[in-house]
Amino acid sequence: MTEDDARTAVRAAIALIAPEIEEADLNADARLRQDLELDSLDFLRLVETLAGQTGVDIPESDYAQVATVAGLVAYLAARS
Amino acid sequence: MGEFRMPSLGADMEEGKIVEWLVKPGDYVHRGDLVAVVDTDKADIDVESFEEGVIAELLVDIGTTVPVGTALARIVQTPAAGATPHAAAPTKRRPAATPPAATAPPESPPSPKPPSPKPPTASPLVRHLAHQLGVDTRNVRGTGARGALTRDDVERAAASDQPQPQPQPQPQPQPAPVPAHAPARVRSSPRARRLAAELGIDLLTVSGTGPQGAITESDVRAAHPPGAASPADVRKPAAQTPAAQTPAAQTPAAPDEPTRKPAGARAESLRRAIGTLMARSKKTIPHYYLSTTIDMGAALEWMRAANDQRAISARLVPSALMLKAAALAAAKVPEMNGFYTDDRFTPSTAVHLGVAVALRHGGLVAPAIHDADALSLDDLMDGLKDLVGRARSGHLQRAEMADPTITVTNLGDLGVDAVFGVIYPPQVALVGFGAVSEQPVARGGLLGVRPVVTATLSADHRVSDGLRGARYLALVAELLQKPEEL
Repeated sequence: MTEDDARTAVRAAIALIAPEIEEADLNADARLRQDLELDSLDFLRLVETLAGQTGVDIPESDYAQVATVAGLVAYLAARS
Repeated sequence: MGEFRMPSLGADMEEGKIVEWLVKPGDYVHRGDLVAVVDTDKADIDVESFEEGVIAELLVDIGTTVPVGTALARIVQTPAAGATPHAAAPTKRRPAATPPAATAPPESPPSPKPPSPKPPTASPLVRHLAHQLGVDTRNVRGTGARGALTRDDVERAAASDQPQPQPQPQPQPQPAPVPAHAPARVRSSPRARRLAAELGIDLLTVSGTGPQGAITESDVRAAHPPGAASPADVRKPAAQTPAAQTPAAQTPAAPDEPTRKPAGARAESLRRAIGTLMARSKKTIPHYYLSTTIDMGAALEWMRAANDQRAISARLVPSALMLKAAALAAAKVPEMNGFYTDDRFTPSTAVHLGVAVALRHGGLVAPAIHDADALSLDDLMDGLKDLVGRARSGHLQRAEMADPTITVTNLGDLGVDAVFGVIYPPQVALVGFGAVSEQPVARGGLLGVRPVVTATLSADHRVSDGLRGARYLALVAELLQKPEEL
Protein backbone atom coordinates (compact mmCIF):
# COMPACT_ATOMS: atom_id res chain seq x y z
CA MET A 1 0.00 0.00 0.00
CA THR A 2 1.35 3.40 -0.91
CA GLU A 3 1.37 6.28 1.53
CA ASP A 4 -1.42 7.88 -0.50
CA ASP A 5 -3.60 4.78 -0.21
CA ALA A 6 -2.89 4.63 3.50
CA ARG A 7 -3.73 8.30 3.90
CA THR A 8 -7.00 7.80 2.04
CA ALA A 9 -7.89 4.84 4.26
CA VAL A 10 -7.09 6.80 7.43
CA ARG A 11 -9.16 9.78 6.33
CA ALA A 12 -12.09 7.57 5.44
CA ALA A 13 -11.93 5.73 8.75
CA ILE A 14 -11.75 8.93 10.79
CA ALA A 15 -14.61 10.42 8.80
CA LEU A 16 -16.67 7.36 9.68
CA ILE A 17 -15.88 7.43 13.39
CA ALA A 18 -15.85 11.17 14.03
CA PRO A 19 -17.79 12.77 11.18
CA GLU A 20 -17.53 16.21 12.74
CA ILE A 21 -13.76 16.39 12.23
CA GLU A 22 -13.03 18.71 9.32
CA GLU A 23 -10.85 17.47 6.51
CA ALA A 24 -8.63 20.49 7.13
CA ASP A 25 -7.92 19.37 10.71
CA LEU A 26 -6.48 16.10 9.51
CA ASN A 27 -2.97 17.37 8.95
CA ALA A 28 -0.09 14.99 9.34
CA ASP A 29 0.97 16.27 12.76
CA ALA A 30 -2.48 16.04 14.28
CA ARG A 31 -2.48 13.87 17.40
CA LEU A 32 -5.45 11.53 17.46
CA ARG A 33 -6.20 11.89 21.16
CA GLN A 34 -5.28 15.45 22.01
CA ASP A 35 -5.95 17.30 18.75
CA LEU A 36 -8.72 15.24 17.19
CA GLU A 37 -10.22 14.40 20.60
CA LEU A 38 -10.68 10.74 19.86
CA ASP A 39 -11.21 8.85 23.11
CA SER A 40 -10.06 5.32 23.80
CA LEU A 41 -13.26 3.81 22.41
CA ASP A 42 -13.01 5.92 19.23
CA PHE A 43 -9.42 4.85 18.87
CA LEU A 44 -10.33 1.19 19.24
CA ARG A 45 -13.01 1.60 16.57
CA LEU A 46 -10.46 3.32 14.32
CA VAL A 47 -8.04 0.42 14.70
CA GLU A 48 -10.88 -2.01 14.01
CA THR A 49 -12.10 -0.13 10.95
CA LEU A 50 -8.60 0.12 9.50
CA ALA A 51 -8.02 -3.59 10.07
CA GLY A 52 -11.15 -4.27 8.05
CA GLN A 53 -10.13 -1.92 5.27
CA THR A 54 -6.44 -2.62 5.01
CA GLY A 55 -5.92 -5.97 6.72
CA VAL A 56 -3.39 -4.44 9.10
CA ASP A 57 -4.01 -5.45 12.69
CA ILE A 58 -2.34 -2.93 14.98
CA PRO A 59 -1.46 -4.67 18.25
CA GLU A 60 -1.86 -2.72 21.46
CA SER A 61 1.90 -2.67 21.96
CA ASP A 62 2.22 -0.55 18.79
CA TYR A 63 -0.38 2.05 19.78
CA ALA A 64 2.36 4.54 20.68
CA GLN A 65 3.62 4.48 17.07
CA VAL A 66 0.25 5.46 15.67
CA ALA A 67 -0.58 8.38 17.94
CA THR A 68 -0.57 10.90 15.08
CA VAL A 69 -2.12 10.91 11.63
CA ALA A 70 1.35 10.71 10.04
CA GLY A 71 2.38 7.87 12.34
CA LEU A 72 -0.74 5.92 11.49
CA VAL A 73 -0.31 6.45 7.74
CA ALA A 74 3.34 5.38 7.85
CA TYR A 75 2.50 2.33 9.95
CA LEU A 76 -0.16 1.14 7.50
CA ALA A 77 1.93 1.90 4.42
CA ALA A 78 4.81 -0.15 5.79
CA ARG A 79 2.70 -3.20 6.59
CA SER A 80 0.19 -3.69 3.82
CA MET B 1 -57.34 -0.61 28.75
CA GLY B 2 -53.97 0.97 29.14
CA GLU B 3 -52.38 4.14 28.04
CA PHE B 4 -48.88 4.70 26.88
CA ARG B 5 -47.80 8.03 28.37
CA MET B 6 -44.99 10.48 27.84
CA PRO B 7 -42.47 9.25 30.38
CA SER B 8 -40.14 11.34 32.49
CA LEU B 9 -36.64 10.72 31.23
CA GLY B 10 -34.75 12.39 34.01
CA ALA B 11 -35.17 14.80 36.89
CA ASP B 12 -35.10 17.79 34.59
CA MET B 13 -37.55 16.75 31.89
CA GLU B 14 -40.92 18.46 31.62
CA GLU B 15 -42.00 17.75 28.07
CA GLY B 16 -41.02 15.73 25.06
CA LYS B 17 -41.72 15.57 21.36
CA ILE B 18 -42.75 12.47 19.48
CA VAL B 19 -40.39 12.18 16.53
CA GLU B 20 -41.18 8.65 15.46
CA TRP B 21 -43.75 5.95 16.07
CA LEU B 22 -42.22 2.47 16.00
CA VAL B 23 -45.64 0.82 16.08
CA LYS B 24 -48.94 1.34 14.37
CA PRO B 25 -52.50 0.56 15.33
CA GLY B 26 -53.03 -3.20 15.34
CA ASP B 27 -49.49 -4.03 16.42
CA TYR B 28 -49.06 -6.31 19.38
CA VAL B 29 -46.62 -5.02 21.99
CA HIS B 30 -45.04 -6.77 24.94
CA ARG B 31 -43.91 -4.94 27.98
CA GLY B 32 -40.48 -3.62 27.11
CA ASP B 33 -41.06 -3.43 23.36
CA LEU B 34 -39.99 -0.12 21.88
CA VAL B 35 -42.97 1.98 20.92
CA ALA B 36 -41.86 5.49 20.10
CA VAL B 37 -38.89 7.79 19.77
CA VAL B 38 -39.08 10.90 21.93
CA ASP B 39 -36.97 13.99 21.42
CA THR B 40 -35.80 15.57 24.67
CA ASP B 41 -33.24 18.28 25.27
CA LYS B 42 -30.61 15.59 25.52
CA ALA B 43 -31.18 13.05 22.80
CA ASP B 44 -33.69 11.11 20.78
CA ILE B 45 -34.79 8.44 23.19
CA ASP B 46 -36.45 5.11 22.45
CA VAL B 47 -39.35 4.59 24.80
CA GLU B 48 -40.75 1.16 25.62
CA SER B 49 -44.23 0.02 26.52
CA PHE B 50 -45.13 -0.73 30.13
CA GLU B 51 -48.23 -2.59 29.03
CA GLU B 52 -48.84 -5.68 26.99
CA GLY B 53 -51.57 -5.57 24.40
CA VAL B 54 -52.62 -4.28 21.03
CA ILE B 55 -52.04 -0.70 20.01
CA ALA B 56 -55.56 0.58 19.46
CA GLU B 57 -54.86 4.16 18.60
CA LEU B 58 -52.02 6.63 18.43
CA LEU B 59 -53.15 9.80 20.17
CA VAL B 60 -50.33 12.18 19.38
CA ASP B 61 -48.98 13.10 15.98
CA ILE B 62 -45.37 13.04 15.04
CA GLY B 63 -43.82 16.42 15.67
CA THR B 64 -46.09 17.29 18.60
CA THR B 65 -44.59 18.34 21.94
CA VAL B 66 -46.55 17.28 25.01
CA PRO B 67 -45.96 17.45 28.80
CA VAL B 68 -44.72 14.44 30.76
CA GLY B 69 -47.68 12.21 31.60
CA THR B 70 -49.74 12.93 28.49
CA ALA B 71 -51.38 9.85 26.99
CA LEU B 72 -49.67 9.06 23.69
CA ALA B 73 -51.35 5.84 22.63
CA ARG B 74 -54.15 3.58 23.72
CA ILE B 75 -53.27 -0.05 24.39
CA VAL B 76 -55.98 -2.67 24.75
CA GLN B 77 -55.69 -6.26 25.90
CA THR B 78 -57.54 -7.83 22.97
CA PRO B 79 -57.81 -6.81 19.35
CA ALA B 80 -61.61 -6.91 19.62
CA ALA B 81 -61.50 -4.20 22.24
CA GLY B 82 -59.23 -2.23 19.96
CA ALA B 83 -62.02 -2.05 17.40
CA THR B 84 -64.41 -0.41 19.84
CA PRO B 85 -64.64 3.34 19.64
CA HIS B 86 -62.72 5.46 22.07
CA ALA B 87 -65.82 6.36 24.07
CA ALA B 88 -66.90 2.75 24.64
CA ALA B 89 -66.98 1.23 28.11
CA PRO B 90 -63.51 0.45 29.38
CA THR B 91 -62.30 -3.01 28.56
CA LYS B 92 -61.91 -5.34 31.49
CA ARG B 93 -58.28 -5.71 32.22
CA ARG B 94 -56.85 -9.18 32.28
CA PRO B 95 -55.09 -10.21 35.45
CA ALA B 96 -51.40 -9.87 34.87
CA ALA B 97 -50.72 -13.51 35.67
CA THR B 98 -52.87 -14.79 32.82
CA PRO B 99 -51.04 -14.54 29.54
CA PRO B 100 -53.37 -13.20 26.88
CA ALA B 101 -54.53 -15.77 24.38
CA ALA B 102 -52.64 -13.97 21.69
CA THR B 103 -49.33 -14.94 23.24
CA ALA B 104 -49.91 -18.68 22.81
CA PRO B 105 -46.77 -20.43 21.59
CA PRO B 106 -46.35 -20.16 17.86
CA GLU B 107 -46.94 -23.12 15.62
CA SER B 108 -43.38 -23.20 14.52
CA PRO B 109 -41.34 -26.41 14.51
CA PRO B 110 -41.24 -27.67 18.09
CA SER B 111 -38.24 -26.44 19.97
CA PRO B 112 -36.36 -28.90 22.17
CA LYS B 113 -37.36 -26.95 25.26
CA PRO B 114 -41.01 -26.21 25.87
CA PRO B 115 -41.56 -22.51 26.33
CA SER B 116 -41.85 -21.73 30.00
CA PRO B 117 -44.78 -19.57 31.01
CA LYS B 118 -42.60 -17.09 32.85
CA PRO B 119 -39.80 -15.41 30.96
CA PRO B 120 -36.39 -15.94 32.50
CA THR B 121 -34.82 -12.88 34.02
CA ALA B 122 -32.69 -10.85 31.68
CA SER B 123 -30.87 -7.59 32.04
CA PRO B 124 -32.21 -4.69 30.00
CA LEU B 125 -29.21 -4.97 27.71
CA VAL B 126 -30.01 -8.59 27.01
CA ARG B 127 -33.69 -7.84 26.58
CA HIS B 128 -32.81 -5.09 24.15
CA LEU B 129 -30.61 -7.48 22.20
CA ALA B 130 -33.39 -10.07 22.16
CA HIS B 131 -35.74 -7.46 20.88
CA GLN B 132 -33.36 -6.40 18.15
CA LEU B 133 -32.81 -9.96 17.06
CA GLY B 134 -36.50 -10.82 17.27
CA VAL B 135 -35.91 -13.48 19.92
CA ASP B 136 -38.80 -14.28 22.24
CA THR B 137 -37.09 -14.59 25.60
CA ARG B 138 -39.76 -16.95 26.90
CA ASN B 139 -38.47 -19.57 24.50
CA VAL B 140 -34.85 -19.32 25.56
CA ARG B 141 -33.21 -21.08 28.47
CA GLY B 142 -30.92 -18.86 30.48
CA THR B 143 -27.45 -20.10 31.38
CA GLY B 144 -26.46 -17.13 33.53
CA ALA B 145 -26.68 -16.68 37.28
CA ARG B 146 -30.01 -17.98 38.67
CA GLY B 147 -31.10 -18.93 35.17
CA ALA B 148 -30.79 -15.39 33.85
CA LEU B 149 -30.47 -14.93 30.12
CA THR B 150 -27.08 -13.91 28.82
CA ARG B 151 -26.16 -12.28 25.53
CA ASP B 152 -24.83 -15.63 24.37
CA ASP B 153 -28.15 -17.34 25.07
CA VAL B 154 -30.00 -14.77 23.01
CA GLU B 155 -27.50 -14.80 20.17
CA ARG B 156 -27.56 -18.59 20.07
CA ALA B 157 -31.34 -18.54 19.98
CA ALA B 158 -31.30 -15.96 17.22
CA ALA B 159 -28.89 -18.06 15.19
CA SER B 160 -30.90 -21.25 15.62
CA ASP B 161 -34.13 -19.42 14.90
CA GLN B 162 -32.98 -18.08 11.57
CA PRO B 163 -34.93 -20.47 9.35
CA GLN B 164 -38.02 -20.39 11.52
CA PRO B 165 -40.75 -17.86 11.30
CA GLN B 166 -40.57 -15.18 13.97
CA PRO B 167 -42.31 -16.48 17.06
CA GLN B 168 -44.36 -13.34 17.30
CA PRO B 169 -47.79 -13.59 18.85
CA GLN B 170 -50.55 -12.74 16.44
CA PRO B 171 -53.62 -10.77 17.33
CA GLN B 172 -56.88 -12.58 16.76
CA PRO B 173 -58.54 -12.02 13.41
CA GLN B 174 -59.67 -8.45 13.26
CA PRO B 175 -61.30 -6.14 10.76
CA ALA B 176 -58.30 -3.98 10.00
CA PRO B 177 -55.85 -5.92 7.86
CA VAL B 178 -52.55 -6.19 9.64
CA PRO B 179 -49.61 -7.63 7.78
CA ALA B 180 -48.58 -10.94 9.30
CA HIS B 181 -45.12 -9.62 9.96
CA ALA B 182 -46.21 -6.38 11.55
CA PRO B 183 -44.82 -6.90 15.06
CA ALA B 184 -41.42 -8.03 13.85
CA ARG B 185 -39.20 -4.99 14.00
CA VAL B 186 -36.56 -4.88 11.38
CA ARG B 187 -33.22 -3.86 12.76
CA SER B 188 -32.41 -0.58 11.09
CA SER B 189 -30.73 2.69 11.77
CA PRO B 190 -32.86 5.75 12.51
CA ARG B 191 -31.56 7.40 9.35
CA ALA B 192 -32.52 4.36 7.35
CA ARG B 193 -36.01 4.35 8.85
CA ARG B 194 -36.45 8.02 8.13
CA LEU B 195 -35.25 7.68 4.57
CA ALA B 196 -37.41 4.63 3.99
CA ALA B 197 -40.42 6.57 5.18
CA GLU B 198 -39.55 9.48 2.91
CA LEU B 199 -39.16 7.22 -0.08
CA GLY B 200 -42.18 5.11 0.77
CA ILE B 201 -40.14 1.92 1.06
CA ASP B 202 -41.22 -0.93 3.32
CA LEU B 203 -38.16 -1.88 5.38
CA LEU B 204 -39.30 -5.49 5.36
CA THR B 205 -38.55 -5.59 1.65
CA VAL B 206 -35.00 -4.33 2.10
CA SER B 207 -32.12 -6.64 2.83
CA GLY B 208 -29.71 -5.25 5.39
CA THR B 209 -25.94 -5.24 5.09
CA GLY B 210 -25.17 -3.66 8.46
CA PRO B 211 -24.24 -5.39 11.71
CA GLN B 212 -26.54 -8.36 12.38
CA GLY B 213 -28.32 -7.70 9.11
CA ALA B 214 -29.33 -4.21 10.13
CA ILE B 215 -30.64 -2.05 7.34
CA THR B 216 -28.47 0.96 6.68
CA GLU B 217 -29.21 4.18 4.88
CA SER B 218 -27.40 2.95 1.77
CA ASP B 219 -29.42 -0.28 1.76
CA VAL B 220 -32.55 1.84 1.59
CA ARG B 221 -31.08 3.94 -1.20
CA ALA B 222 -30.15 0.78 -3.06
CA ALA B 223 -33.72 -0.46 -2.75
CA HIS B 224 -35.02 2.78 -4.20
CA PRO B 225 -34.81 2.93 -7.97
CA PRO B 226 -33.09 6.14 -9.01
CA GLY B 227 -35.51 8.73 -10.31
CA ALA B 228 -38.48 7.14 -8.66
CA ALA B 229 -40.70 9.74 -7.11
CA SER B 230 -41.41 9.92 -3.42
CA PRO B 231 -45.02 9.47 -2.53
CA ALA B 232 -46.77 12.79 -2.70
CA ASP B 233 -48.86 12.16 0.37
CA VAL B 234 -46.06 12.38 2.88
CA ARG B 235 -47.74 13.63 6.02
CA LYS B 236 -46.78 16.87 7.59
CA PRO B 237 -47.18 16.97 11.33
CA ALA B 238 -50.37 18.68 12.40
CA ALA B 239 -49.14 21.65 14.32
CA GLN B 240 -51.21 21.69 17.51
CA THR B 241 -54.18 19.48 16.69
CA PRO B 242 -56.10 18.28 19.75
CA ALA B 243 -54.47 14.91 20.08
CA ALA B 244 -57.43 12.68 20.80
CA GLN B 245 -59.37 13.72 17.75
CA THR B 246 -56.71 13.03 15.21
CA PRO B 247 -55.78 9.50 14.40
CA ALA B 248 -52.04 9.65 14.05
CA ALA B 249 -50.11 8.69 10.99
CA GLN B 250 -50.35 5.08 9.97
CA THR B 251 -46.75 4.92 8.95
CA PRO B 252 -44.53 3.85 11.80
CA ALA B 253 -41.71 6.12 10.76
CA ALA B 254 -41.19 9.84 10.77
CA PRO B 255 -41.42 11.38 7.35
CA ASP B 256 -40.32 14.82 8.41
CA GLU B 257 -36.74 15.77 8.90
CA PRO B 258 -37.57 19.04 10.70
CA THR B 259 -39.13 17.14 13.62
CA ARG B 260 -35.62 16.34 14.78
CA LYS B 261 -33.46 19.06 16.14
CA PRO B 262 -30.46 20.14 14.12
CA ALA B 263 -27.19 19.56 15.95
CA GLY B 264 -26.74 23.23 16.81
CA ALA B 265 -30.16 23.64 18.40
CA ARG B 266 -29.67 20.40 20.30
CA ALA B 267 -26.32 21.57 21.65
CA GLU B 268 -27.93 24.77 22.84
CA SER B 269 -30.88 23.14 24.56
CA LEU B 270 -28.58 20.50 26.03
CA ARG B 271 -26.30 23.18 27.43
CA ARG B 272 -29.30 24.83 29.07
CA ALA B 273 -30.52 21.53 30.51
CA ILE B 274 -27.09 20.72 31.92
CA GLY B 275 -26.83 24.19 33.41
CA THR B 276 -30.21 23.92 35.11
CA LEU B 277 -29.50 20.47 36.51
CA MET B 278 -25.99 21.27 37.72
CA ALA B 279 -27.16 24.52 39.34
CA ARG B 280 -29.82 22.55 41.15
CA SER B 281 -27.23 20.00 42.24
CA LYS B 282 -24.89 22.63 43.64
CA LYS B 283 -27.76 24.44 45.35
CA THR B 284 -29.28 21.42 47.03
CA ILE B 285 -26.56 18.79 47.45
CA PRO B 286 -23.87 19.40 50.06
CA HIS B 287 -20.99 17.84 48.17
CA TYR B 288 -17.83 16.53 49.77
CA TYR B 289 -14.82 15.47 47.75
CA LEU B 290 -12.17 12.79 48.21
CA SER B 291 -9.38 11.57 46.00
CA THR B 292 -6.93 8.72 45.95
CA THR B 293 -4.12 7.59 43.68
CA ILE B 294 -4.47 4.04 42.40
CA ASP B 295 -1.64 1.88 41.10
CA MET B 296 -2.80 0.61 37.70
CA GLY B 297 0.23 -1.60 37.03
CA ALA B 298 -1.49 -4.91 37.68
CA ALA B 299 -4.67 -3.92 35.86
CA LEU B 300 -2.90 -2.69 32.73
CA GLU B 301 -0.53 -5.63 32.61
CA TRP B 302 -3.44 -8.03 32.85
CA MET B 303 -5.38 -6.11 30.21
CA ARG B 304 -2.48 -6.04 27.75
CA ALA B 305 -1.95 -9.77 28.12
CA ALA B 306 -5.66 -10.37 27.61
CA ASN B 307 -5.83 -8.05 24.59
CA ASP B 308 -2.87 -9.78 22.93
CA GLN B 309 -5.02 -12.90 22.66
CA ARG B 310 -8.05 -11.10 21.35
CA ALA B 311 -9.40 -9.88 18.06
CA ILE B 312 -9.55 -6.09 17.89
CA SER B 313 -13.31 -6.13 18.29
CA ALA B 314 -12.97 -7.90 21.64
CA ARG B 315 -10.19 -5.75 23.07
CA LEU B 316 -10.71 -4.00 26.37
CA VAL B 317 -9.90 -0.42 27.27
CA PRO B 318 -8.77 0.68 30.75
CA SER B 319 -12.07 2.52 31.24
CA ALA B 320 -13.94 -0.78 31.22
CA LEU B 321 -11.87 -2.03 34.16
CA MET B 322 -12.39 1.19 36.10
CA LEU B 323 -16.13 1.17 35.43
CA LYS B 324 -16.42 -2.40 36.62
CA ALA B 325 -14.49 -1.62 39.80
CA ALA B 326 -16.66 1.45 40.41
CA ALA B 327 -19.82 -0.64 39.97
CA LEU B 328 -18.66 -3.47 42.24
CA ALA B 329 -17.67 -1.00 44.93
CA ALA B 330 -21.05 0.75 44.63
CA ALA B 331 -22.79 -2.54 45.32
CA LYS B 332 -20.79 -2.85 48.54
CA VAL B 333 -21.21 0.72 49.80
CA PRO B 334 -24.93 1.37 49.51
CA GLU B 335 -24.65 5.00 50.64
CA MET B 336 -23.16 5.83 47.25
CA ASN B 337 -25.78 4.08 45.14
CA GLY B 338 -29.38 5.23 44.94
CA PHE B 339 -31.60 8.27 44.90
CA TYR B 340 -32.23 11.14 47.28
CA THR B 341 -35.82 12.25 46.82
CA ASP B 342 -38.40 13.81 49.13
CA ASP B 343 -35.85 14.45 51.88
CA ARG B 344 -34.78 10.88 52.18
CA PHE B 345 -32.29 8.51 50.63
CA THR B 346 -33.40 5.28 49.03
CA PRO B 347 -30.50 2.95 48.32
CA SER B 348 -30.71 0.88 45.17
CA THR B 349 -30.00 -2.84 45.21
CA ALA B 350 -29.15 -2.74 41.51
CA VAL B 351 -26.16 -0.78 40.26
CA HIS B 352 -27.10 1.09 37.09
CA LEU B 353 -23.86 2.80 36.29
CA GLY B 354 -24.24 6.17 34.60
CA VAL B 355 -21.39 6.86 32.21
CA ALA B 356 -20.69 10.47 31.31
CA VAL B 357 -20.32 10.63 27.54
CA ALA B 358 -18.98 13.80 25.93
CA LEU B 359 -20.92 14.62 22.79
CA ARG B 360 -19.06 15.79 19.74
CA HIS B 361 -20.95 19.01 19.32
CA GLY B 362 -20.55 19.89 22.99
CA GLY B 363 -22.39 18.91 26.12
CA LEU B 364 -22.64 15.52 27.69
CA VAL B 365 -25.14 12.87 28.64
CA ALA B 366 -24.75 10.21 31.31
CA PRO B 367 -26.91 7.22 30.41
CA ALA B 368 -26.76 3.99 32.40
CA ILE B 369 -25.23 0.61 31.82
CA HIS B 370 -27.79 -1.50 33.65
CA ASP B 371 -26.67 -3.94 36.34
CA ALA B 372 -23.06 -3.05 35.62
CA ASP B 373 -21.83 -4.85 38.73
CA ALA B 374 -23.25 -8.15 37.48
CA LEU B 375 -21.95 -7.92 33.91
CA SER B 376 -18.80 -9.71 32.89
CA LEU B 377 -16.00 -7.41 31.83
CA ASP B 378 -16.64 -8.36 28.20
CA ASP B 379 -20.34 -7.63 28.44
CA LEU B 380 -19.60 -4.36 30.17
CA MET B 381 -17.18 -3.43 27.39
CA ASP B 382 -19.79 -4.27 24.75
CA GLY B 383 -22.38 -2.32 26.67
CA LEU B 384 -20.04 0.65 26.92
CA LYS B 385 -19.29 0.70 23.19
CA ASP B 386 -22.95 0.37 22.34
CA LEU B 387 -23.99 3.06 24.81
CA VAL B 388 -21.35 5.59 23.78
CA GLY B 389 -22.14 5.05 20.10
CA ARG B 390 -25.84 5.58 20.64
CA ALA B 391 -25.35 8.52 23.00
CA ARG B 392 -23.33 10.26 20.30
CA SER B 393 -25.74 9.43 17.53
CA GLY B 394 -28.47 10.80 19.81
CA HIS B 395 -30.41 7.60 20.23
CA LEU B 396 -30.85 6.33 23.76
CA GLN B 397 -33.52 4.40 25.55
CA ARG B 398 -35.83 5.67 28.23
CA ALA B 399 -34.47 3.46 31.00
CA GLU B 400 -30.90 4.38 30.18
CA MET B 401 -31.69 8.02 30.80
CA ALA B 402 -33.91 7.53 33.84
CA ASP B 403 -32.17 4.77 35.77
CA PRO B 404 -28.57 5.66 36.68
CA THR B 405 -27.97 5.10 40.41
CA ILE B 406 -24.40 6.42 40.42
CA THR B 407 -22.35 8.06 37.66
CA VAL B 408 -18.75 7.76 36.56
CA THR B 409 -16.88 10.36 34.56
CA ASN B 410 -13.60 9.61 32.91
CA LEU B 411 -11.65 12.54 31.55
CA GLY B 412 -8.41 10.61 31.33
CA ASP B 413 -8.36 10.54 27.55
CA LEU B 414 -7.67 14.24 27.43
CA GLY B 415 -4.88 14.08 29.93
CA VAL B 416 -6.23 15.73 33.07
CA ASP B 417 -5.01 14.23 36.33
CA ALA B 418 -8.25 14.37 38.24
CA VAL B 419 -11.87 15.39 37.86
CA PHE B 420 -14.05 16.54 40.76
CA GLY B 421 -17.52 16.18 39.37
CA VAL B 422 -20.94 17.55 40.16
CA ILE B 423 -23.45 14.96 41.33
CA TYR B 424 -26.43 14.29 39.05
CA PRO B 425 -29.55 14.70 41.16
CA PRO B 426 -31.26 12.65 42.45
CA GLN B 427 -28.13 10.49 42.60
CA VAL B 428 -25.82 10.85 45.58
CA ALA B 429 -22.34 10.17 44.25
CA LEU B 430 -20.17 10.78 41.24
CA VAL B 431 -16.88 8.98 40.64
CA GLY B 432 -14.15 10.52 38.50
CA PHE B 433 -11.11 9.00 36.87
CA GLY B 434 -8.27 11.08 35.43
CA ALA B 435 -5.55 10.06 33.03
CA VAL B 436 -3.46 6.97 33.59
CA SER B 437 0.09 8.27 33.66
CA GLU B 438 3.49 7.00 34.67
CA GLN B 439 4.61 8.45 37.97
CA PRO B 440 7.44 7.88 40.40
CA VAL B 441 6.05 5.71 43.16
CA ALA B 442 7.76 4.58 46.36
CA ARG B 443 7.08 0.96 47.21
CA GLY B 444 8.79 -1.02 49.93
CA GLY B 445 11.40 1.69 50.35
CA LEU B 446 12.27 1.75 46.66
CA LEU B 447 11.40 4.34 44.08
CA GLY B 448 9.94 2.99 40.87
CA VAL B 449 7.91 4.18 37.92
CA ARG B 450 4.33 2.92 37.84
CA PRO B 451 1.19 3.72 35.86
CA VAL B 452 -1.26 5.39 38.23
CA VAL B 453 -4.68 6.99 38.03
CA THR B 454 -6.32 9.48 40.38
CA ALA B 455 -9.81 8.41 41.34
CA THR B 456 -12.10 10.96 42.95
CA LEU B 457 -15.43 10.80 44.66
CA SER B 458 -18.00 13.56 44.97
CA ALA B 459 -20.64 12.42 47.44
CA ASP B 460 -23.74 13.77 49.14
CA HIS B 461 -23.18 14.74 52.78
CA ARG B 462 -26.88 14.29 53.53
CA VAL B 463 -26.37 10.59 52.92
CA SER B 464 -22.80 9.73 53.87
CA ASP B 465 -19.70 11.01 55.56
CA GLY B 466 -16.10 11.05 54.45
CA LEU B 467 -15.46 7.76 56.19
CA ARG B 468 -17.89 5.86 53.97
CA GLY B 469 -16.65 7.76 50.95
CA ALA B 470 -13.11 6.75 51.80
CA ARG B 471 -14.25 3.15 52.13
CA TYR B 472 -15.75 3.38 48.65
CA LEU B 473 -12.57 4.71 47.03
CA ALA B 474 -10.41 2.20 48.91
CA LEU B 475 -12.60 -0.59 47.54
CA VAL B 476 -12.23 0.69 43.99
CA ALA B 477 -8.46 0.72 44.46
CA GLU B 478 -8.42 -2.79 45.90
CA LEU B 479 -10.59 -4.18 43.11
CA LEU B 480 -8.25 -2.77 40.48
CA GLN B 481 -5.36 -4.71 42.02
CA LYS B 482 -7.08 -7.97 41.09
CA PRO B 483 -8.16 -7.37 37.51
CA GLU B 484 -8.66 -11.07 36.83
CA GLU B 485 -11.54 -11.02 39.33
CA LEU B 486 -13.30 -8.05 37.79
